[in-house]
Amino acid sequence: MSQIHVSTTLNGDPVEYLCEPDETLLDVLRDRLGLTGSKEGCGSGDCGACSVTVDGRLVCSCLVLGAEAQDREIETIEGVAQGENLHPLQQKILDHAALQCGVCTPGFIVAAKALLERNPDPSETEVRYWLAGNLCRCTGYDKIVRAVMDAAQEMRGA
Amino acid sequence: MLDKTKDPVAERDFKVVGTRPVRPDGVDKVTGRARFGADISAPGMLVGKVKRSPHAHAKLVSIDTEKALALPGVKAVVTRDDFAENKKQCDVLRNIMAREKVLYDGHAVAAVAATSATVARKALKLIEVEYDVLPHVIDVDEAMKPGAPLLHDDMITKGVDPEPETASNIAQRYEFGHGDVEKGFAEADVVVERDFKTAAAHQGYIEPHACLASFTPDGQGELWCCTQGHYAIRGFCADLLGMDISKLRVTASEIGGGFGGKTTVFLEPLALALSRKTGRPVKMVMSREEVFRASGPTASTSSRVKVGATKDGKITAGEAEFRYQGGAFKGSPVQFGAMCAFACYALENVKTVGYDVVTNRPKQAAYRAPGAPMAAFAVESVIEELAVELSIDPVELRLINAAEEGDQSSFGPTFPRIGLVETLEATKAHEHFSAPLGPNQGRGIASGYWFNFGGATSVSLNIQPDGTVALAVGTPDIGGSRASMSLMAAEELGIAYEKVKAIVADTASLGYNEVSHGSRVTFASGLATIEAARNAKKILCARAAKMWEIPEEAVEWVDGHARPAGANAGDFEPMSLADIAKVAEQTGGPISGHQEHNASGAGASFATHMVDVEVDPETGRAHVVRYTAVQDAGKAIHPSYVEGQFQGGAAQGVGWALNEEYIYNDDGRLENPGFLDYRIPVCSDLPMLDTVIVEVPNPGHPYGVRGVGETGIVPPMAAIANAVSAAAGVRMTELPMSPPKLLKAINAKKANGSA
Ligand code: FES
Ligand code: FES
Repeated sequence: MSQIHVSTTLNGDPVEYLCEPDETLLDVLRDRLGLTGSKEGCGSGDCGACSVTVDGRLVCSCLVLGAEAQDREIETIEGVAQGENLHPLQQKILDHAALQCGVCTPGFIVAAKALLERNPDPSETEVRYWLAGNLCRCTGYDKIVRAVMDAAQEMRGA
Repeated sequence: MLDKTKDPVAERDFKVVGTRPVRPDGVDKVTGRARFGADISAPGMLVGKVKRSPHAHAKLVSIDTEKALALPGVKAVVTRDDFAENKKQCDVLRNIMAREKVLYDGHAVAAVAATSATVARKALKLIEVEYDVLPHVIDVDEAMKPGAPLLHDDMITKGVDPEPETASNIAQRYEFGHGDVEKGFAEADVVVERDFKTAAAHQGYIEPHACLASFTPDGQGELWCCTQGHYAIRGFCADLLGMDISKLRVTASEIGGGFGGKTTVFLEPLALALSRKTGRPVKMVMSREEVFRASGPTASTSSRVKVGATKDGKITAGEAEFRYQGGAFKGSPVQFGAMCAFACYALENVKTVGYDVVTNRPKQAAYRAPGAPMAAFAVESVIEELAVELSIDPVELRLINAAEEGDQSSFGPTFPRIGLVETLEATKAHEHFSAPLGPNQGRGIASGYWFNFGGATSVSLNIQPDGTVALAVGTPDIGGSRASMSLMAAEELGIAYEKVKAIVADTASLGYNEVSHGSRVTFASGLATIEAARNAKKILCARAAKMWEIPEEAVEWVDGHARPAGANAGDFEPMSLADIAKVAEQTGGPISGHQEHNASGAGASFATHMVDVEVDPETGRAHVVRYTAVQDAGKAIHPSYVEGQFQGGAAQGVGWALNEEYIYNDDGRLENPGFLDYRIPVCSDLPMLDTVIVEVPNPGHPYGVRGVGETGIVPPMAAIANAVSAAAGVRMTELPMSPPKLLKAINAKKANGSA
C-alpha cells in the first residue's frame, strides 16, 4: 500500500507528511506530527476528544482521513493559545476549575471556540447542545458550561 | 448537637486552604501539552495489540501463532505459555491472559508486537485459536441456581457453615448486623419489602487504558502508564513477570479518568512481556470497544430489602440480601454493599447478607464507592416508600433515624463524629427543598454513606535554595489533587500557594503509596504532606537556632518565619523560609521534610441528594431538571474541586439511573461496547448541578479533611428513582430506568387502573 503525500496548513504553518490511505487525521496528528493534544477517546465520533477544525468547521479528527487534509487549514488545540497568551476559553476553564482529569479539555476548548466564532452570545441551552458531542465523565459539565458562558461574555466585552 | 466551639479545627483560621487557585498542571491541560497514557513514544517502539475471545465461555484447546509470526513486521507473540503459574496472583494472571478457559467475551488469548498498528492487526487475524465452547451464564440470579454453568470447578462457597460439598458460582457469603430483626419487625406498624435489580455500569473514563513498556536485556524494566496506582501496577507486573520490584520503575502518566477502573493491570504485563521478548519498547492502547469488553465495569446486582417502622417513624428493623456478580473471578464489592446499606441509620435490629457471585462477564473493577450505590438504591427506595406510607416527610424520617456520633454502625464499629444530620438539615434549608414542581415532575431525596480509606503513603517535600518548594507525592492526581496538596503545604509552611509545586513522583523516587482510591488522596497524602511540612519546619527552626546560637527549642515557626521564642523573644529578626533556604548550604546542607506512614482516621462521609425529574408519559423519557448535592467534606481544601467531585458523582449517577447498562445477547457477547449505545450523560442531558459543601471536621485529620470522591455517587440512583416514581406514579425498582422500561411501567399502571 503506497503512502499519500499531503500538503496542508496546520495551526497557520505549512506542513507536509506522508500517510496511509486509511489513516485518520487524528493518527497523523498524534503519531506522525507529534501533536498529542487531540485525544482518542473512542475512534468512532462519539466523544469529541479529538475535535479539530478543518477550514473552520468543527470535526472529529478520528472520522477524517489524513489524506483529506490536502490544501486545507487545520486548527488543533496546540494552536489555540497565542504564544504566552491563553485564549479566554482556556483561562476561564482554569479559573472555573472546569476540568478534573483534563483529557476531554482540549476537545471542549476547540469545540467551544468554534461555537463562539459563530455565536458570540449563546444561551446556556445553545452551549449545552453545541457541546453535546463532547463527553466529559468527570465534571458533570456544570463548570464547563459556566466557563464557556463566562468566556463568551468576556470576549464580547473585549 | 455538635459543639463547634470545642473543635480546634473548626476554629482554625486558614489562610490558603479553602481558596480556589489555578491548579499546577492547569496550563498543560488546556494547551494540549499534558501527556496522558497514549501520548508518549520511544525510539524503535513497536505497537502491541491483543487478540480476544469472541466466546463467553470456552475451553482454550490450542493457540497457533506460527502464521502470525511469519508475517513481516511481526516481532513477537505472547500467550499463556509466556507467563508462569502464579499462586499469589492466580486470578489476575488468568484475567490478563486466559489459561485453561476463556471466561468472557473479550478475554485476552494472545498479544502481538509489530512494527505498525496495521501489521499488528493483520497478525491478530493470523493467530489461530481453537475453542471448545461451553454453556455460559450472565445473570447473577441465574448463576446462583443449582445446575448453572460452572465457571470454576473448584469454587466452594466461603463463609457458609458447614462448608458446601460441591462447587458453585458463589464465591463467598457475608453477613453483618446486630440485634434481632424478627423482634424488630414484630414491633413495626408498617413494613415495606421490595426486590431490586441494577445493571452493570462502566466507569466510562474518557481515556482508554494505555502504556509504554521497555525491558532491557539485563532484566530492568520501565513502564509508563495511565493508572490510579503505579506502585500497585509495579507489584502486579514484577510478580507476573518474575522480576525484582526494584528493577521495575513505573511512571504514572496524566490520567484521563479512572473512578476505580484504573487500579489493576490489563495491558501492562503484556507490554512488558512483549518488550522482554523483542528487546524493544512496546506501546499498547485499548480501543473503546476493548475498554468496554475487557476492562472492569462494576457489578450488576439483585437484592431484596425489608424495613419496618412504627407509626411515628422509628425504624424497628432493617434486613437485606444482596447478590452481586463481579464477572469471571471472585471479588465483587458485595461486602461493601452489605456494610454500607443501612449505614445512614442508627438501628437496633439490622441484618444484611451478601453473596459474591461469578458470571461470564469481564472481572469487575472498583467503581466509585464500590458496592455502596446499588445497596443505597435499594434501601433508600424502601425508606422513601415508608415515608409515603407513614405520611412523614422523607427528610424528617431520615432525621428521626439518622446515625450520629456514638451510634453503632450497622456493620459493627461505632461512629466517631459524622455529618449525616448536617447534610439533611442543609437539604431542608435549601431553597430547592420547597420550590414548586411543574407538571409531570417529581422530587426525590436520598442519603448515602461511604467509609473512605487511608493507607500507606509517602511524601517528600524539598525546600529549594530560592525558597520555593517542590512537593513529591506518589498518588496519581485524578482530579486536581496536586492543587490541594500544594495548598496544604503552603498553609502549613506559611508561604504563598504559588511557591509550591507538586508533582507525582515515579515508583523509584518515593516509598510505597497505595492506589488513589477509597477517596484517600486528599486525606492520606494530605496528612503526609502536612507531616512532611512539619518535619521541614523543625529543620528550618533548627537552622535558625544555629545561626542565632540559641537552643532549637527556643525557636518557633509562625507565619512562614522562624522566630525566637520564650526568653529570646524579640532578640533576633524573624527569618523567612526563603532567608533560611538561601543559606542552607552553610548551615548544614539541603532542607527537606518527608513522611512515610499508614494513614488511619479517614473520616466517613455522608451525602444527601435532592433531584427533580420530569417524566414524559408518552415516551417514558425521564429528564433531570434540577439537582442539589449536599455532602460533608470535613474541610474543603480547594472548594471548586470538591464541588467538582459532587457534580461528577451526581452526573455519573444520572447515567447509571437512567441509561447505562451492559447489554448481552444470547451468546453472551456484549452488544453495546461503544459510547453510541452505552450512553453516558451528555451536556444537553443535564441541568446545572448545585452543590452544598457541609463541613463537619474529621477528628482524624489536622485540617478536618474527609475524602469526597466517592460518596457523591451513592445517593443519586435512589434519589432519581424516588423522583421518577413520584413523577410517574409507579415505583421503579430496576436500573436503568430507560424509556422503554419506564413506559412499560406507566402503561401497565394505566391498564391496571382502567381494569
Ligand atoms: S475519538 Fe474522535 S470522537 Fe471520540
Ligand atoms: S475532565 Fe475528565 S473527562 Fe472531562
